[in-house]
Amino acid sequence: MSVQSALLNEAAGPAGQHLNAQVLRADARREQLRLMVLLAPSLFLVCAIIIVPIGWLFWLSLFDESGALSAANYARFFEQASYIRTFVTTFKVAFIVTGACVLLGYPLAYMLSQLPRRAASICLIFVILPFWTSVLVRTYAWLVILQRKGLINSWLIDLGVISQPLSLANNFSGVVIGMTHILLPFLVLPLYASMKTIDTDCLRAGMNLGAGPAATFRQIFFPLSLPGLASGVVIVFVLCLGFFVTPALMGGGKVVMWAMRMEQTTSLYSNWGAGAALGVVLLVVTLALLGLFQWLLGARATGVWSSR
Amino acid sequence: MSADIGLPISHRQRLWLYGLGGLVLLFLIAPSVIIVIMSFSDSTLLQFPPRQWSLRWYQSYFQSLEWRDATIVSVKVAIMTVLMATPLGTAAAYAINRGTLRFNGTINALLTASLIIPVILIGIGTFFLYARIGLNNTLTGLVVAHTVQALPLVVLTVLSGLRSYDMNQERVARSLGAGRVAAFWQVTMPQIRFSIVSGALFAFITSFDEVVVSLFISGGETTTLTRRMFSALRDQIDPTIAAISTCLIALSVLLLSLAQIFGRRH
Repeated sequence: MSVQSALLNEAAGPAGQHLNAQVLRADARREQLRLMVLLAPSLFLVCAIIIVPIGWLFWLSLFDESGALSAANYARFFEQASYIRTFVTTFKVAFIVTGACVLLGYPLAYMLSQLPRRAASICLIFVILPFWTSVLVRTYAWLVILQRKGLINSWLIDLGVISQPLSLANNFSGVVIGMTHILLPFLVLPLYASMKTIDTDCLRAGMNLGAGPAATFRQIFFPLSLPGLASGVVIVFVLCLGFFVTPALMGGGKVVMWAMRMEQTTSLYSNWGAGAALGVVLLVVTLALLGLFQWLLGARATGVWSSR
Repeated sequence: MSADIGLPISHRQRLWLYGLGGLVLLFLIAPSVIIVIMSFSDSTLLQFPPRQWSLRWYQSYFQSLEWRDATIVSVKVAIMTVLMATPLGTAAAYAINRGTLRFNGTINALLTASLIIPVILIGIGTFFLYARIGLNNTLTGLVVAHTVQALPLVVLTVLSGLRSYDMNQERVARSLGAGRVAAFWQVTMPQIRFSIVSGALFAFITSFDEVVVSLFISGGETTTLTRRMFSALRDQIDPTIAAISTCLIALSVLLLSLAQIFGRRH
């Protein structure tokens, strides 16, 4: 017996090495187990609170009111005009807000990237502070500024520019202004971070070779800043699609966006199947956009969160 | 800073850029400043600048039982969220940082999922789940939901701290005879504690400012401050909210400065 096993060991190579490998493997397994124990509570919570309920909603969306398997909840989106209106409104708001964020955010990020370190970090406070201020507070501020008897209207009337108050809040423009303000930092922060990594030697080389400031910017700086811009654009657009607070408070009930529609169908009408189907499509669109972005640029759009 | 990067462009040539950037900064900061100023107004009308100053809106905030209860609920939930999310997130970040786990990418994606998934979907899903297990309108339910939303921020913050820390130090401690726990507490922990504190601050503010999920799962005696504000804003614009908003802005400034201070020391 012992002779046999000794012979076997002999055949497998030097006995010590064999045993050593086994111990090492067992050790690695134990290490994996320990790390999993550290992760387990967090993973459990995320799965229990986010993944399982969403999976459940997805399951629900596959059945109609009588409990039969059907695509009725999804077919509705193409048949009912009110759903189509919601999608059109949502995408319209998302495109306009993203565009406004690019127009306002690019010059700001560019300026921040060109300022001396101290000045830039002071200016950055003005970007980060709103980022960390409650969305509700900022929406309230815009309500105060834009409403009929609000600041803008009373100033314009006092100055004699207009005689009747403009309707700025409780409509489409209010939603767009409020959302642009709230989402602007999500574009500026990743864009600024990527602009900081542009090698100034490239710019200097361009100027050395005779390019003027405008040509240097257009041909060197701008193309190099595009990946950062793209990640900001994707994150802003995706956040727009699922935005709830600002349209709910500033839309005056006239601007119904995707997330509001979900809230209405589930809370008001308790139509879980329809609400769940809306959620599933929203999630799929969101993940598809983020996935497309990641595939095209090989970067994760969630990086914005670590930059704040 | 053409001088710094050595480009032959003067600040004067850049004036238009500074002007434009300055305007955008003004757009970002002006609403908060206006609200802070208006909260000290004496008038029920929203005049700017206010003609008379007073603290009446702060009085109306602190004297109202409803607002006070809601504030207490929010503070309680935020503190408990910090106490849950910080250790859990730190443990998770520690495990991910090893990089030896199978499915490391999947785990990472799962833990940061709540940053990507539309909040409204998380809100509806949580409400749906809680309705079945009786956690709607409870503090426990709120704390658990907020913990899940705060986790990714703690994980990301602590991970960035761990990335600039040399794990070999912990190995050295262990080879010198320290147990795992002792090695972490005495060697690793003191060097990443500022990231952990920053993560905790982010968790606090995430919970305190959270609106959408609370809208679904809080109510009655566990109505959070943001939930009550949301309902109040739907009805009318009460200047008391300006006073509350100012307090929230002050809280953000305080927590951000703390995070900055800790970040610098780190």
